[in-house]
Amino acid sequence: MRGIDLALAPGELLLVLGPNGAGKTTLLRMLAGLARPSRGVVTVDGRPLLADPATRRSVGLISHQTLLYDDLTAAENLRFTAGLYGLPNREQVTREALERVRLSARADEPLRRLSRGMVQRVAIARALLHAPTVLLLDEPFTGLDTPSVGRIREVIREQRAAGSATVLVTHNPAEAWDLATHVGVMVQGLWAIHEPRAEGLEGFLERYAEAVRG
Amino acid sequence: MAETLRVAWLIAAKDLRVEWRSRTAILSAVVFAALVLVVFNFARDPAGVSPVVIAPSVLWVTFTFAAVVALNRAFTLERENAALDAMLLAPVPRVAIFFGKYLANLAFVLIVEAVTFPLFVLFFNVGIGAALPGLLLVTLLATIGFVAVGTVFSAMVVRTRYAELMLPILLLPFLVPPIIGAVQATVRLLGGRPLDELMGWLRLLILYDIGFVTLCAMIFPAILDE
Repeated sequence: MRGIDLALAPGELLLVLGPNGAGKTTLLRMLAGLARPSRGVVTVDGRPLLADPATRRSVGLISHQTLLYDDLTAAENLRFTAGLYGLPNREQVTREALERVRLSARADEPLRRLSRGMVQRVAIARALLHAPTVLLLDEPFTGLDTPSVGRIREVIREQRAAGSATVLVTHNPAEAWDLATHVGVMVQGLWAIHEPRAEGLEGFLERYAEAVRG
Repeated sequence: MAETLRVAWLIAAKDLRVEWRSRTAILSAVVFAALVLVVFNFARDPAGVSPVVIAPSVLWVTFTFAAVVALNRAFTLERENAALDAMLLAPVPRVAIFFGKYLANLAFVLIVEAVTFPLFVLFFNVGIGAALPGLLLVTLLATIGFVAVGTVFSAMVVRTRYAELMLPILLLPFLVPPIIGAVQATVRLLGGRPLDELMGWLRLLILYDIGFVTLCAMIFPAILDE
């Protein structure tokens, strides 16, 4: 990736699009502190993410992978995450998180017994457990049914309203176009388009196709 | 330091809970160890070689390969669903992740050894009597060191395509010193030799433990960040 420069204010959502191999997931991993850029720096509230481990507390990641353990129950997974973040009242935090994603009744079942949509709801609860101010989403709608997609969109809206800065990577702009305040198209590791969202999806898709064709 | 220990214990407890639910690694390693002992038992000529001569080598070959089987799963469970990313996202010291995985691996391998040891005594009919405390000490000292190295290599190979094959290839050369030390100490213990004949080998094991546990704790964070 070269020349990637972006800043997001609280409540803004950047929708990142691009063909396979464009560098979207790499960008997200760098923003999450999971990959180290050869040059440049990621900061949250002015504090460097990699140099200051405490800053990692500000970031939440929802991916098409769950980042959870299938042999643990939903509650055990969340308690473990609460422990990693050093949250007080782990039991209470876990209970509230499961209530928020409407899975209290399945709290003590191993994840491998839950449906894909339910597991994704646990993954959302995990990502939001520590109340991050930066929310990163990597293809969060992949393989989900319509109600589950709706639930994730609802969560994104709530987080934006609460002041989270959000970056959402997807192949399908229609899934999140109305949520975006900004849109970026990556092609071969560069911004081909990076601007505030100002037009309808149809007009944008024409420019998107042009940008991808080069 | 307290935060590192807290997170290490949290991660180790999580690993032990996951293993308790599936019992995949421990069962595989124990069955593997039992099969190795059976093969060695039937492959040797009981009239040709005394069990006391061959038994220490068989014991440590069995422990080593069973440990590799157990260590292979250490980061495999973190690879499923990219669960390792969740730990890396959290504001925890990377060295705490090492000690967490290390403690869990140490527990797995010691459990496998504890189950394998009676089978070894049964198959090879060696009198361990007074040598038992010494054997337990040697086993603990050798295991502490090689599990630390195994934990690091397990993290290193987990992102490769053939992690299960790569681990023994990378790990076994580093296990030579503790295995030699453990075999030599076991020979002397089973032969009823005086304590001063053991001390050199015990020192080797202690030095290996101190050196490699320290080194592994230092390089592990860099491996995770690669």
